[in-house]
Amino acid sequence: MADERLRADSFLPLPEATFHILLALAEEDRHGYAIIQEVEKRTDGAVKLSAGTLYRSIQRMLEQGLIVETRERPAPELDDERRRYYRITAFGSEVARAEARRLTHLVKLARVSGFSPGRA
Amino acid sequence: MRLYNLLVHLYPAAFRNEYGEEMRAIFARRERQARGPLGALALWTSTLFEVVVNALAVHWDILRQDLRYTARALAGTPGFTLTAILVVALGVGANTAVFTVTDFVLIRPLPFSEPERLVKLYERLPGYSRMELSPVTFRDWKRMSHSFEAMGAYVSTSVNLVGQGDPERLEASSVSSEVFPLLGIQPLAGRLFNSTDDRIDSPGTVLLSYGLWQTVFGADLGVIGRKVVLDGAPLTVIGVMPRDFHFSDRSVELWTPLQVRDDDSFEDRNNNYFGVIAKLRRGVTIAQARSEMSVITAQLCRQYPKEMAQHGATVNPLHEELSESSRMLLVALSGAAICVLLIACANLASLLLARGLARKKELAVRTALGAGRERLIRQLVTESLVLAVSGGALGVLGALGSIPLLAKLVPMSLPVNQTPSVDWRVLAFAALLTFLTGIAFGVIPALRAGGSVDLGGLRDGVRAGGGRRERVRSALVIAEVMASVVLLVSSGLLMRALWRLQSRDPGFRTDGVLTMRTALPWPKYLKTAAREEFYKQVLTEIRGLPGVSNAAYISFLPMVWRGGIWPVSLDQQILDRAESNSASLRFVTSGFFAALGIPLQLGRDVDEADTSDRPFVAVVSQSFVRRYWPNENPLGRHFQFGFHDRMVVGVVGDVRVRGLERPSEPQVYLPYQQVPDGYLFPYTPKDLVVRSTTTAELLLPAIRRIVQSVDREQPISDVRMMSEVVEGETASRVLQLRILGAFAAVAILLAGIGIHGLLSFAVSQRLHEIGVRIALGASSSDVLRMVIRQGVTLAAAGVALGAIVAFAAGREMEALLAGVEPGDAATFLGAIGLCALMTLLGIVAPAVRAVLVDPIAVMRSE
Repeated sequence: MADERLRADSFLPLPEATFHILLALAEEDRHGYAIIQEVEKRTDGAVKLSAGTLYRSIQRMLEQGLIVETRERPAPELDDERRRYYRITAFGSEVARAEARRLTHLVKLARVSGFSPGRA
Repeated sequence: MRLYNLLVHLYPAAFRNEYGEEMRAIFARRERQARGPLGALALWTSTLFEVVVNALAVHWDILRQDLRYTARALAGTPGFTLTAILVVALGVGANTAVFTVTDFVLIRPLPFSEPERLVKLYERLPGYSRMELSPVTFRDWKRMSHSFEAMGAYVSTSVNLVGQGDPERLEASSVSSEVFPLLGIQPLAGRLFNSTDDRIDSPGTVLLSYGLWQTVFGADLGVIGRKVVLDGAPLTVIGVMPRDFHFSDRSVELWTPLQVRDDDSFEDRNNNYFGVIAKLRRGVTIAQARSEMSVITAQLCRQYPKEMAQHGATVNPLHEELSESSRMLLVALSGAAICVLLIACANLASLLLARGLARKKELAVRTALGAGRERLIRQLVTESLVLAVSGGALGVLGALGSIPLLAKLVPMSLPVNQTPSVDWRVLAFAALLTFLTGIAFGVIPALRAGGSVDLGGLRDGVRAGGGRRERVRSALVIAEVMASVVLLVSSGLLMRALWRLQSRDPGFRTDGVLTMRTALPWPKYLKTAAREEFYKQVLTEIRGLPGVSNAAYISFLPMVWRGGIWPVSLDQQILDRAESNSASLRFVTSGFFAALGIPLQLGRDVDEADTSDRPFVAVVSQSFVRRYWPNENPLGRHFQFGFHDRMVVGVVGDVRVRGLERPSEPQVYLPYQQVPDGYLFPYTPKDLVVRSTTTAELLLPAIRRIVQSVDREQPISDVRMMSEVVEGETASRVLQLRILGAFAAVAILLAGIGIHGLLSFAVSQRLHEIGVRIALGASSSDVLRMVIRQGVTLAAAGVALGAIVAFAAGREMEALLAGVEPGDAATFLGAIGLCALMTLLGIVAPAVRAVLVDPIAVMRSE
């Protein structure tokens, strides 16, 4: 597993859009537009992914093995034939965790220097 | 929405197909949510930006992938990669190098203002289409014509500069005050000549070239207003000309005003020595100017029937002044370079086609794995462009490196710098060539390979490259052979021409002859007696040096100056100049013929006793005798030449005054003392000829000491061996031939590789067929015959076509061939022989491979 972790580290730092997409897929499989909505909701509207950025990221993440297109569809009444659904892979989760670790470490370093997010 | 659909097309097709639908859906939703016109505007602005950035990024991702893949694929086949890059480098390099010079010499406008309106004017005499003007004719033409905004005259001279370090001999040009304004040139500092400077009684002035100002005057602007001593006369420096300004040719280092005395010689209409340049009036065409000039010359003909009979005018655009042979030389090289490029392209196409076929399986696998056709073609295009760009870059580097060598192809007579500058045009040309090579000869094979991908390629044991594609490759090989035959024949013809010229007898012997120039200045040496003193002292001392067998002076050495052609009169009758009644005039000291090894055939040499108070005599060349007194004894005959009656006292062999390439007029040599003071001053003997058995390195310091001891202020210039003078005659041809020969060698090599490649490929594709044939009883000689037939058919077709084109090319450059027939059998046979040899070499390996095919092994592999 050390190998897997090493390989995950090689993706860092993750592009912001990639990280957001991984987070949005953490709970359930989503299609493209749902990802955009989820990201927007989680960030209180601060991050609005554009269609181009989304699919460019998705294309690359598929190649990198961070996500897969899923064949399982939700209940037919909720499904739209045109939509593809994406699921995070185990490796994708590993990479997201690695990125979270990296960010946590950064925040720690900032605290030591007196840049606490709490205090301005 | 329609606009968004268009925008989506910025993405690569594969990406668009995959995600376009969903992106459109998302955009539609956003559009519905946008509130009011402001919201819509914001949405569109951000979308526009977003699409462009992301599309570029996606393209970049693919490119990076393709490049990575290409790098891997190319590194995996280093032989193919190196060959392809080298082939492109040769093609692009050869063309870039030749284009640099061709553009510089033939295409780029001359560095004057409105160069298209500048023309040169000449008198046209029967037998001479471009004769300088006499001062009086210049005055008449200028007065009578209306086609020109301005007309100016210039005379090339050289002067001795004294008082700035060692005395120096400098090339100069005397120009009338119209010349510089007409060229639209402003001085870097100071002023130009004005009409006052032109007057014979005005104080002398001089303009310095940038180069002279830098080297001799230390780039000091304080020199303006100072006096410098030229040919013993103090002249005031009035200005410095700009850096890249040259006129009338590159050698000129300073300019003086053209001051002409209005005396007898001015009225002499046969005293032609004015170069004339003019600027057409706006809106006047060359044709109009020409017709006006013919009216004017006809009028002058009527007015001066004796001198001006049959005289006409030649009006030539200044940019066409280049000699026909210089132009042909560059055109021939350009043609050759294009041949090399075509061969290179054919080779590259052939290589890529073969590779495409060989990779059919790989492509089929990728297609099966879901790569779209567009994606595959894109990959192949990237590959061929990578090859082309690497080769192109290498080629441009090579071309840049060869520029110093090519600079020798820039004729001295052009008013431009010696070294062609590489500007954006050259680089754009190279980039265009590279791109075209990559696209045309990489993409088309790629399309064909990519287009025909089918899953059939996955089946094992698929044979034969398909007749169609092999036909394309065969056509390419034929084209390569054809182009190399053209190049071989052209080089061969030019080589024969060069040999013929080099074997031409110049009429003198060059071995052990050292020459140099000591041009005696005016007015210091105006008097004949003063010059006599100088020559006598210098020659006596030089003849006393160890190893020197003879030394003498002449006005101008043959080939060094080709002019000085004067009309000949017999019995006081000016003979019709139309019937080549002209001869070259030279003054010599005694011993000249012996020093230069010109055989004395009859009578005697001029000698010290031929002084101005004795009867005026002349030594003439054999052709002069043939012209006027055929089969008679010429000794004691009289003729009138150079303002005086002369009696023939000797006959010598002919020399090639006008160089090895052109026929020369008969020659007349006059004793240096038999000229009145001040007459014919430009013909004062200045070229020293020393024949010795010592080396020049030993001789030269001694001669310098002698000249310095006789006249401390006398410079020595143009030191060289006579053999160098003669070699200079063919120097540009030698260079041209070297380049052309290199091109031809490359061409034949590439064609050989082409044949070899095609046959090897064909054999490997037909292994199975050959195996079956052998199994069915075909003998190895049958197989051999089959392979050889294919190779020989291609070569023969190429040779046949090539011979036709080569003959046509030979006819085009007949002017360069020095009398060698364009259909010269030996040359053609030689070229065809080389092609046959190359074909044979190309056939050997594939033929051997075909013969060694083991039918059992081949069929078992199925």
